[in-house]
Amino acid sequence: MPTLSFLSNSISRKNLMALTGLFLCLFLVIHLAGNLQLLLPPERAQTQYNFYSQLLSHNYLIKLVSYALYLSILIHALDALILTVQNWRANGAQGYVYDRRRTASAWYSRNMGLLGSLIFVFLVIHLKDFWFQYKFGVVPMDAEGHKDIYPIVVAAYSELWYVLVYVVSLLILGFHLWHGFASAFQSLGLYHSRYGKWVKYFGWFYTIVITGGFILIPLWVYFFNY
Amino acid sequence: MVDYQLDDVNPEMSFLEMLDTLNEQLVLKGEPPIEFDHDCREGICGQCGLFINGRAHGPLAATTTCQLHMRSFEDGDTIYVEPFRAKAFPIIKDLKINRSALDRIIQAGGFISTHTGDAPEANSIPIPHHVAEQAFDSAACIGCGACVATCKNSSAALFTGAKVSHLVILPQGKAEAATRVVQMVDQMEKEAFGNCTNTKACEVECPQGISADDILRMNFEYNKAVLLVDGK
Ligand code: HEM
Ligand code: FES
Repeated sequence: MPTLSFLSNSISRKNLMALTGLFLCLFLVIHLAGNLQLLLPPERAQTQYNFYSQLLSHNYLIKLVSYALYLSILIHALDALILTVQNWRANGAQGYVYDRRRTASAWYSRNMGLLGSLIFVFLVIHLKDFWFQYKFGVVPMDAEGHKDIYPIVVAAYSELWYVLVYVVSLLILGFHLWHGFASAFQSLGLYHSRYGKWVKYFGWFYTIVITGGFILIPLWVYFFNY
Repeated sequence: MVDYQLDDVNPEMSFLEMLDTLNEQLVLKGEPPIEFDHDCREGICGQCGLFINGRAHGPLAATTTCQLHMRSFEDGDTIYVEPFRAKAFPIIKDLKINRSALDRIIQAGGFISTHTGDAPEANSIPIPHHVAEQAFDSAACIGCGACVATCKNSSAALFTGAKVSHLVILPQGKAEAATRVVQMVDQMEKEAFGNCTNTKACEVECPQGISADDILRMNFEYNKAVLLVDGK
């Protein structure tokens, strides 16, 4: 039965990796679009961003999507772990004594597991500081009766080390996507020798916009809003 | 790793002739010769895979070990020679490995079912020239295992992709397309090869220049078989 075979072989496991990965990619677009509101002038950003956060946390559709999102991250990471351990095993007990295989491929394409693990660590920090704070922390109300999350964001991005953690983490995400976006389409077999390079170029464009956009926010807040 | 010294290496020697010369000297000294695989020595059988100076088939791209010559090295160099390493390629002795796992993938589906006997009329099935060429590009795979050896995941995706592709591209291969790809991919799994992560190192090292697009075609054919056709 095809429905039960989603872990049975390497291609099905890669399909799962690609589908969850692309879902996360789609989420990043929406996440970035929403967060660009943080670039607005402070007063405007405060009311608007607090309103936006309220909207997100009270909408059932968004709630549903967010559960799919948590699940995707967990499945993506778990599948990554399974794939990576299998790959180590497939290498056999003895590695090469003299190994220059790295000359034949890009370093980020060979280290997706490591890049992904670092992203996972970043996600834990990120969710703890904002998402957990918003949901379970004590957050004062703003003038319009929305949870006042905006000052918490600004306070976080007023620390240089914190901004640096974000910039570095986002660059790591960028390398993950530089390979991952096109790789996902290739894993799914959605590829044609004539159009393949456009998928790759679009992946690079996507990566630059997403990574650049997300990096801009903490830097902007640090330099202009604080 | 064992160190051997070999003097007076002729730059025109092939890498395998250099090993032959070394073995002759070892035998004269009463030592056991170094075991290594080879057959055609003209780059078409795929037997001669060695891992030389950290790369599959040595420093040149798109070259088998038998087609590598000593002029590609400097006088006085120390050269590291290892067998192709992967769990699916057990070492028989020294540099000789067992590549039967690749044969079993072919046995699982890398064929078409047809009547044997007289060759059919060549032009009874029209095949455009570019399609024939494309199939031939994939069929050029000699099964040497360099793709597995150079893959950080020891994946046989390029090999299997090539074997799936050269049949599915042609009209004769379409009838069994779904069962073929499912069975070959399942066999690849049983042989404990790793999972492809699209690093494309394989297409760089492949002596026949098989394109990694064959992997993507295999993925497509597999997903098509599972989603649209019952592959079993
Ligand atoms: C926002 C976060 C993330 C996004 C947008 C993302 C996106 C992607 C994409 C699109 C792929 C390509 C899928 C494929 O090749 O089939 C991928 C692959 C991968 N990801 Fe992620 N990922 C994220 C987080 C993570 C995390 C947290 C981990 C690990 C804990 C991880 C580990 C991996 C690994 C090991 C691969 C396989 C590499 C490959 O097949 O080439 N990723 N990711
Ligand atoms: S010995 Fe046949 S390909 Fe090298």
